[in-house]
Amino acid sequence: MQAQDTQNKQSASVLADLDAVRAMIRRHKFNDLVFAGIGLIALMIGLLTLLTLFIDLVMDGYPRFNVQFFSDFPSRRAGSAGLLSAWVGSVLVMAVTFLSAVPVGVAAGLYLEEYAPKNWFSDLIEINVSNLAGVPSIIYGLLALGLFVYGLDLGQSILTAGLTLGLLILPTVIVSTREAIRGIPVAIREAAYAVGATKWQVVSDHVVKYSQGGILTGVIIGMSRAIGETAPIITIGALTFIAFLPPSPVTDVAPFLNFEWLSSGFTVLPIQMFNWLSRPDHAFHINAAATGAIIILVTLLMNGTAIYLRYKIRKNIKW
Amino acid sequence: MVNTSTPIKAESKNLNFYYSNGHLALKNVSMPIYENKITALIGPSGCGKSTFLRCFNRMHDLYPGNKYDGQIVMHPDNTNILADGVDPIEVRMRISMVFQKPNPFPKTIFENVAYGLRVRDEKNHRVVADKVEEALKGASLWNEVKDRLNDLAFNLSGGQQQRLCIARALATDPEIMLFDEPTSALDPIATANIEELMNELRGKLTILVVTHNMQQAARISDYTAYMYLGEMMEYGDTDTIFTRPVRKETEDYITGKFG
Repeated sequence: MQAQDTQNKQSASVLADLDAVRAMIRRHKFNDLVFAGIGLIALMIGLLTLLTLFIDLVMDGYPRFNVQFFSDFPSRRAGSAGLLSAWVGSVLVMAVTFLSAVPVGVAAGLYLEEYAPKNWFSDLIEINVSNLAGVPSIIYGLLALGLFVYGLDLGQSILTAGLTLGLLILPTVIVSTREAIRGIPVAIREAAYAVGATKWQVVSDHVVKYSQGGILTGVIIGMSRAIGETAPIITIGALTFIAFLPPSPVTDVAPFLNFEWLSSGFTVLPIQMFNWLSRPDHAFHINAAATGAIIILVTLLMNGTAIYLRYKIRKNIKW
Repeated sequence: MVNTSTPIKAESKNLNFYYSNGHLALKNVSMPIYENKITALIGPSGCGKSTFLRCFNRMHDLYPGNKYDGQIVMHPDNTNILADGVDPIEVRMRISMVFQKPNPFPKTIFENVAYGLRVRDEKNHRVVADKVEEALKGASLWNEVKDRLNDLAFNLSGGQQQRLCIARALATDPEIMLFDEPTSALDPIATANIEELMNELRGKLTILVVTHNMQQAARISDYTAYMYLGEMMEYGDTDTIFTRPVRKETEDYITGKFG
């Protein structure tokens, strides 16, 4: 009887303890919930703002989402004005940007990471490269106006615009190249050196190949920033009303390539949008809204591609 | 002190090594490496055995500020491979290495083994294919991978990856092969496979192996060197070191009283 009592008392005290522990866990878990709530709200502020903006643009611009909008030149009548010269201009400018920024940026990143001696000077360069990524884009526009338009006499051309935006995204490409290279384990490098490879063999056979995913991601993110840039393009003097296309880069006579388009005048999507937005006639604002929605979509598409490519390339590399 | 009838393949002479932070990691290390024999380096962590091994293919040159003082002389050409005028790449062409953790390239099985030949500008497909097959056979991996040479190396198991790395090192017909704790990242079965493989290579290839597993040193090596705090404490044929060590420190380490 006595023993039974003690046992009951003991189990009662264990139960009381267990209750206390459970109450404590509940209290702690409540904190979890609070933070999750705050985090979600913070996320939604960013996401919902963008979403609202996008929906607003789509609703304003939806009457213009048709084939004519993409195949018509700008016009004095809002209803028949289209984006043809703007999207063709954007594509051509982006091509120049890509072709100029990628080789230069990747080579610079490779040099800094693999070849440059590590000392105060390379540290200084590193700080400056990261800093360049934050320089306002209009500064690049002014630089390009002085250097490309007047200094090198390239004119207010597609080439000038492409090179300007190339310069603008160069720091992004360099930084992402370096980060991608740093992700390659030392063991892989040592393995390559150990069989007798030179630095260049290690770089070309291994480093460049295994960092492709990261480099590509950086390039696409840079390009998606460049496609929406307006200020530097205005600074170098893009036209705002163009009713012609640059000469085609591909021709039907040998050598089938034509570079006259590089020196052609041009406009790009954000400039066209800016132009329509500054008109007093409300009908043009519909065109501007449609263009804005298209730019956001293109940017989204480019970033999505970047994520997909990174996933796809990384799939076969495990470290 | 040991067998003098076996030819010497390489010889370390009064070797000191300084890391870039000034740390003296090897103190006056002198020892011969006998041709076509397996020499094991044992000693507690931080004793300099891996540092010593990595001197043989000038791995330390990849990081600025490291400094060698002394010689490692290769025979029969009497080249001091640590000399300033000797290109580290030339040294690595002669002496190959297998690392602690399997480190295959994210390439196909075939390309992993062929890489050494590519680096040597071997363009003949027939020659490359033959050498790859020979190396994979030498590394006892051929039967397991012959039908999937174009698979990615990462799809192999850890033990297979390490044998692939051995094949990569074998494919270039090295004069000496270095093994830096080749089984420390592997399970017991994979370890047994690698040890068996090293036994098969015995007599055909000069091997220098770092291990912190004393039983392993006793099982696979012909000669053993015991290192402690950057110094060569004792060196001799494996049987003698493990049964009748001269120095008290060696005996303490081998019997597990310390380390």
